[in-house]
Amino acid sequence: MNLLVDAFAWIFDPAHQAGANGIPTRLVQHLGISLLVLLVASAIAIPVGYLIGHTGKGRTLAVSLTGGFRSLPTLGLLIILALWLGVGLEAPLIALIVLAVPPILAGAYSGFEAVDRRTIDAARAVGMTEWQIVSKVEVPLGLPLLIGGLRSGTLQIIATATLADYVGAGGLGHFIFVGQKSNDYPQMLAGSLLVIALALLSEGIFALLQKLVVPRGVVANQSTDVRRPSSRRVAVVGFPTEERK
Amino acid sequence: MIEFRQVSKRFPDGTLAVEDFSLVIPSRKTTVFVGSSGCGKTTILRMINRMIDRSSGSIEIDGEDIVALDKVKLRRRIGYVMQNSGLLPHRKVVDNVATVPLLNGVPKKEAHTRALELLDTVGLDRSLANRYPSQLSGGQQQRVGVARGLAADPNILLMDEPFGAVDPLVRAELQQELIRLQRELDKTVVFVTHDIDEAFLLGDQVVILQKGGVIVQKGSPTEILTAPANDFVADFIGATKGKRALHIDRRDGRDVVLDSEGRAAGVLVDGSTGTGEEVPT
Repeated sequence: MNLLVDAFAWIFDPAHQAGANGIPTRLVQHLGISLLVLLVASAIAIPVGYLIGHTGKGRTLAVSLTGGFRSLPTLGLLIILALWLGVGLEAPLIALIVLAVPPILAGAYSGFEAVDRRTIDAARAVGMTEWQIVSKVEVPLGLPLLIGGLRSGTLQIIATATLADYVGAGGLGHFIFVGQKSNDYPQMLAGSLLVIALALLSEGIFALLQKLVVPRGVVANQSTDVRRPSSRRVAVVGFPTEERK
Repeated sequence: MIEFRQVSKRFPDGTLAVEDFSLVIPSRKTTVFVGSSGCGKTTILRMINRMIDRSSGSIEIDGEDIVALDKVKLRRRIGYVMQNSGLLPHRKVVDNVATVPLLNGVPKKEAHTRALELLDTVGLDRSLANRYPSQLSGGQQQRVGVARGLAADPNILLMDEPFGAVDPLVRAELQQELIRLQRELDKTVVFVTHDIDEAFLLGDQVVILQKGGVIVQKGSPTEILTAPANDFVADFIGATKGKRALHIDRRDGRDVVLDSEGRAAGVLVDGSTGTGEEVPT
């Protein structure tokens, strides 16, 4: 437990609150890297995921491609990229984007896939354009799963962004790497604790967001006592058969 | 008037769903397509609003070939009601009803006023306007579906087994409601069902279909009942058995109508309307 106490003492030590290696600076760097990665990864993954979800095409390709990239060890990828691009922000950005795209992509297309086909068919039949089907039906109904994808993507980004400082890009990883070199375990643990706090914070924000974006009509179905269709078969002459699946 | 001329539909997987189908659907009447599953009735219906494009032949609405029309515009001027109401779960009832007018750029306030009037038309209480579809019963959802189909005041209303998934009592109620609506609104209704009773109840023109969209017989319910074209039709409408094969037996000085099992279905009375129309209840 001493180590933990030392780590907290390290965090609240006024000497560690200012300067280029102070906690606030490093925290802001870490957040900045994470946000930038989240933005770029979303800008790539959401449109592609929506396209796959809407058309139902290219899913296998996208899954195997992103899955393949995803299985690359991030540290290894980071070092190869750093050797190629040099020390700086580019290498960790790319490595983290590769890490974050798959969950966001999966959230985007599975959100669209989860929408009842009959709802989409009806939307088309009453005269919505394909664009209106996407924007007025699939996007709002797919939001909960997309937020889920963003949530797990962000968690992975924040945790893995510790590696950024390995190639000199800044962030909370600094404390861990420096602590390791100088056998300063309280500092290492302090760095980890800060990353954990950040990750928990993001989890909290996304959990809240996920609650807020579930379309109200869908929530209404879950939380209030409404009449549901019986699972029992109704005795009807000529019970309807599903014709077009 | 909707006219099919030698229309065929082959799906990409090679299935020939409809072959050489020709039919005139008269305006301001109800035409019912009836047949067993897989006879192509839904395919034929969905070709009218180009949810399915025909492979060959032509389909004209009031003399205009629909191939030349923009799909989206075409669909917005044709009402469509489907089996599972197809309402948008994340939108309130009033917004669901107003969907098409809103898409057409009608101001929101005006569209909502009209939507509330339509709820009256289909017999729903206005207090349901702010509910979500999942908070309604199946029958209520179908009524909202009908209201949405009517919202843009279309001349044509396509109905794909709209009452197939509700219980028999509610279904009978909705059928009567549709008959009333049709008397008031005078639309060209094209209705698909596999229930021959429903077809005879609602249809001015009933079209009995066999696999591949082959018309076995078409005509008014009376025409079909009195002269089934062949054994298939006779069997399908149940003319040889059950409650439609009635005979008269004279008992205690009155004419009693019996079904094929010999059970009493009613007595003959004087003063029948004699028009072939259904007796108002």
